[in-house]
Amino acid sequence: MIIDHPLLGPRDAQEFAILGDASLIDRPDWQAEDAAKLFHDYLHLRDNPAGEHRELWFHEQGDRSWLVVTRSTLTHEVLKVELARDVAIARGRDR
Amino acid sequence: MRYSVLQILRQGLTGNRGWKPVWREPEPKRHYDTIVVGGGGHGLATAYYLASAHGLTDVAVLEKGWLGSGNVGRNTTIVRSNYLLPGNEPFYELSMKLWEGLEQDVNYNAMVSQRGIINLYHSDGQRDAAARRGNAMILAGADAVLLDREALQRKCPYLDFDNERFPIKGGLWQPRGGTVRHDAVAWGYARGADRRGVDLIQNCEVTGFDIRNGVCHGVETQRGTIGADRVAVCVAGSSGRVMGYAGLRLPIESHVLQAFVTEGLKPAIPGVITYGAGHFYVSQSDKGGLVFGGDIDGYNSYAQRGNLPMVEDVCEGGMALMPMIGRARVLRMWGGLVDMSMDGSPFIDKTPVEGLYFNGGWNYGGFKATPASGYCYAHLIATGAPHPVAAEMRLDRFERGAAIDEKGVGAQPNLH
Ligand SMILES: Cc1cc2nc3c(=O)[nH]c(=O)nc-3n(C[C@H](O)[C@H](O)[C@H](O)COP(=O)(O)OP(=O)(O)OC[C@H]3O[C@@H](n4cnc5c(N)ncnc54)[C@H](O)[C@@H]3O)c2cc1C
Repeated sequence: MIIDHPLLGPRDAQEFAILGDASLIDRPDWQAEDAAKLFHDYLHLRDNPAGEHRELWFHEQGDRSWLVVTRSTLTHEVLKVELARDVAIARGRDR
Repeated sequence: MRYSVLQILRQGLTGNRGWKPVWREPEPKRHYDTIVVGGGGHGLATAYYLASAHGLTDVAVLEKGWLGSGNVGRNTTIVRSNYLLPGNEPFYELSMKLWEGLEQDVNYNAMVSQRGIINLYHSDGQRDAAARRGNAMILAGADAVLLDREALQRKCPYLDFDNERFPIKGGLWQPRGGTVRHDAVAWGYARGADRRGVDLIQNCEVTGFDIRNGVCHGVETQRGTIGADRVAVCVAGSSGRVMGYAGLRLPIESHVLQAFVTEGLKPAIPGVITYGAGHFYVSQSDKGGLVFGGDIDGYNSYAQRGNLPMVEDVCEGGMALMPMIGRARVLRMWGGLVDMSMDGSPFIDKTPVEGLYFNGGWNYGGFKATPASGYCYAHLIATGAPHPVAAEMRLDRFERGAAIDEKGVGAQPNLH
């Protein structure tokens, strides 16, 4: 698989480590009433789709940036690559 | 027809004209007492034990492809009961005991071969961990022998004992471990279930559930709606997809695991050997091919094929362990969908939907579990209570802080 890094251009997926579903960006509010349940679901439950999947990849052997890669789990085709930072800010996670 | 030596002689003398198809191909009925979704090893074993241990024969197995087209026919056939944790080890030891009686029980040659499995250790710390694991195994009624370097050298002289980085110091040996012919397991259970009246329905993909007021009344399939009092899902790598039809999210990700087979060679490897300093395991099939594999690729996948970086990684592991393997040529390689759970351990449980049961999360190691998985799942479905050895394999265990994490790496499936 080739990941088209937004800053560095096309890089071999071997340079990266994958963490998993990009929903891990959406860390729940620890002060919420039902925080225990929210954290259980956040940490343990997955959509696990057959098809498009947004996931977090870390450029470990490169510039060490986190990326959100949209990839098909049916064909392994990489469809879109964004900086995780941009995604997190767009989701209001900059605090 | 019962299979026996006498039968082979009789058929041989009469031109082999008397052999019958091994199972029927019935049309689905409109309603069953119990429907098992997924005709892999676990689904077929579940149907078999529902019929043989609990007398339930109004049962259908619905399989989207042909029987055994999933992982049961793609794995590297290793069976063992060398787990550490109390939530796991008694279950896997039950499975080992069921393997030992399987062929007589189902009257089918599954080539159960207890040629032993050796997990290598490369440091003092690893030796201590191996000794502890061996003790845990013996406490659960399994067998374990700690081999030092000399004893191991007598068994496998070709290992790279003096490797500069990871010298081999010995291994934990389970003599009763080994390999079993994977397809024959599926066929044996299928035949046994069919003979007891279970309907095996192929090319019948389940596409939804008939759930009303929180109760499951049956399944929707390519071949119409089929009613059932109990629906038992058992689809391994497709778990997330299928349970999604019932609106459930699981603590599971689907990944790809690859396997490799070389050309046939003279007997060299006595049992199964697993490398302790990387992820690599190898055995030799009866035809002589070296059967080996390693880690999962690491990313979510439903593609049933992997990528080259993991091929390289696995082969590096092989070269580091036994340099002679570099002379063998790989003939075939393939990938299968594995249902990786958040703690590396499986689930055999009821779901929040009444009448809907779930069996999955087998990771890369569910083949060895096939008999006990079917046995315990059938027990749960027939009696409504979990079998004692599977009592920890529950879907709510993360909420209760009762994960069964053999490797201790936490909720990240690609590290288990
Ligand atoms: C390469 C590889 C090597 C492995 N090596 C080992 C090993 O050495 N030792 C070991 O213990 N384990 C091993 N495993 C793991 C083991 O093979 C699996 O954990 C185990 O086979 C899973 O259970 P099963 O046999 O029921 O799965 P499967 O055979 O995959 O059965 C699931 C079935 O469900 C069907 N299905 C899916 N969706 C639907 C639907 N919607 N409707 C109807 N049917 C459906 C599928 O077609 C499939 O036939 C390995 C796996 C792989 C991929």
